[in-house]
Amino acid sequence: MSALGTRSNPYDAIVVGGGHNGLTCAAYLARAGKKVLVLERRHVLGGAAVSEEIIPGYTFTVCSYVVSLLRPHVIRDLDLSRHGLEIVPLECSFTPHHEGPGLCRWPDPAKTRDEIARFSRHDADLYPQFGKIMGKLARFAKPIIDEPAPDPSSFRPSDLKQLLGLGKAFRDLGDDLAALQFKLTTMSAVDFLDEWFESEQLKAPMACSGIIGTMLGVHSPGTAYVLLHHYMGEIDGSSRAWGFAKGGTGAISNAIASAATELGAELRVSSPVSSIIVEKGSAVGVAMESGDDLYARTVVSGCEPRLTFLGLVGEQNLPDDFVTAMKRYKLRGSSGKVNIALDALPSFSCRPGDGPHLRGDVAIAPDIDYLERAYDDAKYGDFSHRPYINLVFPTLLDRNMAPPGHHVMSCFVQYAPYAIKEGPEHWPERRDAFGETVIDTLEEYCPDIRKHIVGKQVLTPWDLEQEFGLTEGNIFHGELTLDQLLFQRPTAGWARYETPVDRLWLCSSGVHPGGGIMSAPGYLAAQRMLEKGAV
Amino acid sequence: MRTTPFHPRTSALCTSFAWKEWAGYAAVCNFDRHSEREYFAFRGTAGLIDITPLHKYEVTGPDAAAFLARVWTRDITKIGVGRVVYSSMCDADGWMLDDGTITRLGPDHFRVTTSEPWLSWFERHRRGYDVEIRDSQRELAALALQGPRARAVLKPIVSFDMDRMRFFRCRRTQLAGIDVWVSRTGYTGDLGYEIWCANDAAPAVWDALLGSGQPHGIEPCGLDALDVVRIEAGFVLQGCDYVSAVSCITDFSKSTPDDAGLGWTVDLDRAPFIGQQAIRAERARGPTWDLVGLELSWPELEALYASYKLPPHLAPCASRAAVPVYDDTGKQVGQMTSSTWSPVQKRYLGLAQVRRPHHVRGTKLQVEHTVEYERRKVRATVVDTPFYDPPRKRLTPTAGKAEASS
Repeated sequence: MSALGTRSNPYDAIVVGGGHNGLTCAAYLARAGKKVLVLERRHVLGGAAVSEEIIPGYTFTVCSYVVSLLRPHVIRDLDLSRHGLEIVPLECSFTPHHEGPGLCRWPDPAKTRDEIARFSRHDADLYPQFGKIMGKLARFAKPIIDEPAPDPSSFRPSDLKQLLGLGKAFRDLGDDLAALQFKLTTMSAVDFLDEWFESEQLKAPMACSGIIGTMLGVHSPGTAYVLLHHYMGEIDGSSRAWGFAKGGTGAISNAIASAATELGAELRVSSPVSSIIVEKGSAVGVAMESGDDLYARTVVSGCEPRLTFLGLVGEQNLPDDFVTAMKRYKLRGSSGKVNIALDALPSFSCRPGDGPHLRGDVAIAPDIDYLERAYDDAKYGDFSHRPYINLVFPTLLDRNMAPPGHHVMSCFVQYAPYAIKEGPEHWPERRDAFGETVIDTLEEYCPDIRKHIVGKQVLTPWDLEQEFGLTEGNIFHGELTLDQLLFQRPTAGWARYETPVDRLWLCSSGVHPGGGIMSAPGYLAAQRMLEKGAV
Repeated sequence: MRTTPFHPRTSALCTSFAWKEWAGYAAVCNFDRHSEREYFAFRGTAGLIDITPLHKYEVTGPDAAAFLARVWTRDITKIGVGRVVYSSMCDADGWMLDDGTITRLGPDHFRVTTSEPWLSWFERHRRGYDVEIRDSQRELAALALQGPRARAVLKPIVSFDMDRMRFFRCRRTQLAGIDVWVSRTGYTGDLGYEIWCANDAAPAVWDALLGSGQPHGIEPCGLDALDVVRIEAGFVLQGCDYVSAVSCITDFSKSTPDDAGLGWTVDLDRAPFIGQQAIRAERARGPTWDLVGLELSWPELEALYASYKLPPHLAPCASRAAVPVYDDTGKQVGQMTSSTWSPVQKRYLGLAQVRRPHHVRGTKLQVEHTVEYERRKVRATVVDTPFYDPPRKRLTPTAGKAEASS
């Protein structure tokens, strides 16, 4: 028999893109006994869930940096703990201020109450109730992320049953909560929080959850819904949902890759695919940049949908309306990433020195107007001159990531719109200025930070696109707005991992249930392919 | 209650005021209100826990090995100097009294640790042996340093090259200039060490370990976090997963080593030891029980809670409340005596004593689970223990292949 991947002896499936979803999909297909090949363009697996030693001795969690929704059943099914996955919970959420000690939200409700009460006794009382109600709503949302999106236009019994099931879950919420759910889908994050809380200092960091990864402001309608995602982290007897993977998010990819390999999948890095070969409307394999062709019974794309269809498949192989839909698909990246190597921990002037307040995420979001002004800059094609920054110190949770006593700092920075007024291709010229803006902003809270900087890596949306294939630098493979979620992700009629090209499937964050290190699209795509006998 | 020599340090850090009695001593349950940070220290960095309350005995004299081989189920005469073994101890009827470790510190010097006091039991069986037995519980302070960074924490402050210390070995050495014993043992199922020192040196040892551990993320830990990791490691707890025969009123509640899943600690064919005949007879008959690992079905638990319109809820710590275990016909076949949610594995795990043949790996059982005060059942599968078993537990950097065979 000839080698695998020829016309006469094709793979069962070729997965294009070795990000965490591509790897998850490959692992589940391999687990079902399929012959699977994963092709990754870069020299390292993981896609945007990748850890790299960019500065010698300092490992950066290059793009994504925290994890909340990695599906527990994926961790169990693939035995990821045995393959080296270790997720440590973040201890708190800290918001530094120019005056006073800032605000820290802890897992201990009594401690959090004391912190919030410094700003508002009313908010301190309501905060736990808010968490409880959001938790209830998240329970309604949870079945949605563990199952394929329901198709409201379908009359197939299985789809109807699923819709009815969701309807029942919705009814179970009770009238008040159902109304609340409706509000959540239509309101802005700020309007929604205004109904509960009075203190800016509390509302500002909470509102940030509503804008991450979107080109929207905290006052934009629909952003309340994204808040809910923060309350969907699985409940495992622990009091918070956000965690940090030891070794950075690349360690998650490596654990999934190790499981996939053990299950028999073949993984190749430095293997860029130039196109997906389509013959008579059916995907039959991939053409490699090296000039080789590799054949498979099924091709699965772990790439962002627009890149998959307009880049790898080609318009000539697609129906017109689908091409239009892909062109209209909103990517609009709005964030950058700055990774900093430090020779010591910086000290926040509002809470000096080391302490548990640094063992969680730190949000530079002092008040609502600060966030809206940051958006104002972005609306008119500039990066925020005082951006929202969400930072973590991975080295406080994993000492292996820097030399002893030294630290790495991971800064998610919003807004950094892809479409700057000069044009996105001019981002490289503005990269240094963007990096300096981030350091200047941090310096207002940590005056000593600059002298501790050993080196840094600045990733603009342009870099995220060029290096990681995140079209327009969108970290979620498409905005997580309601018009692009559920049965409309990536576009109406194609939310079930199938595509207009026969034998071509999607398994990336560009399909339901969307972005974040969940592994849910990869898992659901594999399940769907196996159910339908596609592999 | 007594306090341990580490009390000035631990009490200053214990913000939760959560303490409990352990062998007559006050021991910390959690330093924080939650044990989560401590749990992740054990699993992710290094956790430091005061284990001074362990019962400890110094057994010395020319017949020390022979005496211990008589009292314990392992053949202690076979262990070399510097080695540690884990063993069971039985009464003459073969019922479990306790489990513990025996360390050979010198040709004629052993240290024994147990969960219950056994001085009178030892004294009763020392007749004819040239041996001295001394209760050292109150003269030796002890700490367990457990977790993937434990070796890195010890390396700079211990005189002995920690890269050479193998699994279940013990050395006399110096830590920050203080005389200590360091053994590569523990109750967490991960890389870890236990450090034994004189009472008056205890605070200095604590300070040296916390100081060296600081850049590694060391955390002082309490018993609640330890209870979660020991279940993940598949370790039984006397008084919980089995009960010492001296505490049992009826034979029904007693266990043999085979009943308690500790049959592997019995070296049966050798010179007579206490319980030997009874264990031999039981093995000829076939033991009645076994202690197994259970994995409870999380999807089924979620569905059960959903039927009450609730999200699944487990206490954020291990449970020692014994609950009935049933076979698939609904007949009770045993009890789950310890259980916990495993945060690293996202699994709901339990240790259960079940009647054979329900102990066979893969057997489907059901476990009682109470939701909203109502008793329901959740499916569970018999799985291998340890549930959590990282290779680093046994690996030694400089031992190479020799380690694998030892």
